[in-house]
Amino acid sequence: MKSFLILRVVAKLLIPFVLLFALYVQFHGEYGPGGGFQAGVILAAGVIFYALIYGLADARRIAPEWFVELLLAAGVLVYAGVGLAGILLGGNFLDYFVLASDPVSGQVRGIILVEAGVGMTVCGVMLKIFYMFAARGMPQR
Amino acid sequence: MTLASHFSYFATIFLMVAGLYIVIARGNLIKKLVGLSIFQTSVYLLYIAPGKLIGGTAPIIAEGFKVYSNPLPHVLILTAIVVGVATIALGLALVVRIREAYDSIEEDEILARDEPDGDAGAR
Amino acid sequence: MESTIINVLLVLMAAAVVALERLRNLFAVVVLFTIYSFLMATVLVALDAVDVAMTEASVGAGISTVLLLAALSLCGSEEAKSRRGTWLPLALACACGLLLVYGTFGLPAFSDPQAPIHTHVARHYLERGLAETGVPNIVTAVLASYRGYDTLGETVVIFTAGAGVIALLRRRRGGEGGR
Repeated sequence: MKSFLILRVVAKLLIPFVLLFALYVQFHGEYGPGGGFQAGVILAAGVIFYALIYGLADARRIAPEWFVELLLAAGVLVYAGVGLAGILLGGNFLDYFVLASDPVSGQVRGIILVEAGVGMTVCGVMLKIFYMFAARGMPQR
Repeated sequence: MTLASHFSYFATIFLMVAGLYIVIARGNLIKKLVGLSIFQTSVYLLYIAPGKLIGGTAPIIAEGFKVYSNPLPHVLILTAIVVGVATIALGLALVVRIREAYDSIEEDEILARDEPDGDAGAR
Repeated sequence: MESTIINVLLVLMAAAVVALERLRNLFAVVVLFTIYSFLMATVLVALDAVDVAMTEASVGAGISTVLLLAALSLCGSEEAKSRRGTWLPLALACACGLLLVYGTFGLPAFSDPQAPIHTHVARHYLERGLAETGVPNIVTAVLASYRGYDTLGETVVIFTAGAGVIALLRRRRGGEGGR
């Protein structure tokens, strides 16, 4: 689809805004609708859009397979790590109020970290599943 | 109890039954998965419609709003949506493998191919 | 007015599902499924579930469509003519439907403020959520803080789905066939 000029130009114009919107949804999930799940999916959708227009090889250059696999594992580890940090700092598993000097800002810090972990895992999984399906149809190298 | 007050429940039940019918009556594997997904999405309606309050707003605390819709079903259904897409992805991966092994995604043809040989049917 | 909008959208969704069931071209089936997902997202906005609507629009109408079309390109896009009878499944589905309708007679009416759903924990979350967690979006507060264990479990479920798809669709080096 690289040969269609309109698709190429529109993709180049839209993809930065899609990625920016994904970041906005991730970090403003506390003040408006949004959060980790939506942001991860929108980020993956931006990269899938790029892969549809420019081809899988180009997409693999900007989001390599090892990076996507790392992302999907790292999200779960961040979430569990926040839980363990709660134990190490004196509370129970997944207690947020011990993470900062006063309980409410500890809660805010915990929620931001946890949502980041969820966003990373969701983005990684959606991208990886797309890569697997797309690569299955191509002849083996 | 009138039609107007329970219409959302009836619509939910219709979608649920339609999804169930597609799963049990159709032989194509991909269509079965689409029917399963329709069944799952109708359950989201079943949870969220009772939490709505006419004249309320979304459960985001802001100045000037007193009545909020119930946030608890939203949380449960957020989880359910993402688990639903995970199920569909795994189901489609299985369909792709079945297609490569049996060269068909129609349930009747797959079962027929298994009958005469008795082995796994893979080439 | 709000109820009318919601009911009209629900009727449109039912029409989309009936059309989906009749069609044999799977590409049209996937497009109708995307339309159904977008209508569901609109109904969810009308029901004040904005977080859920955003998730349904991006996940149900976005990612599901991409995955279905990818699977369709690998599998073939026409459904064979159905040779089995459809009366038994139709009777079974209708019987289930009638049982469920009988079950809804005891449920509260639409938008009833005295319904039991509004009287237990939800009131506590709405009143004390901002003060205890510092986050105005109560859905995020409940998801990440009050019910954080469930979200941890869900993240592991998504991770497992990714691992499962990797295990199913990975190509081994050195020529594997359908194994």
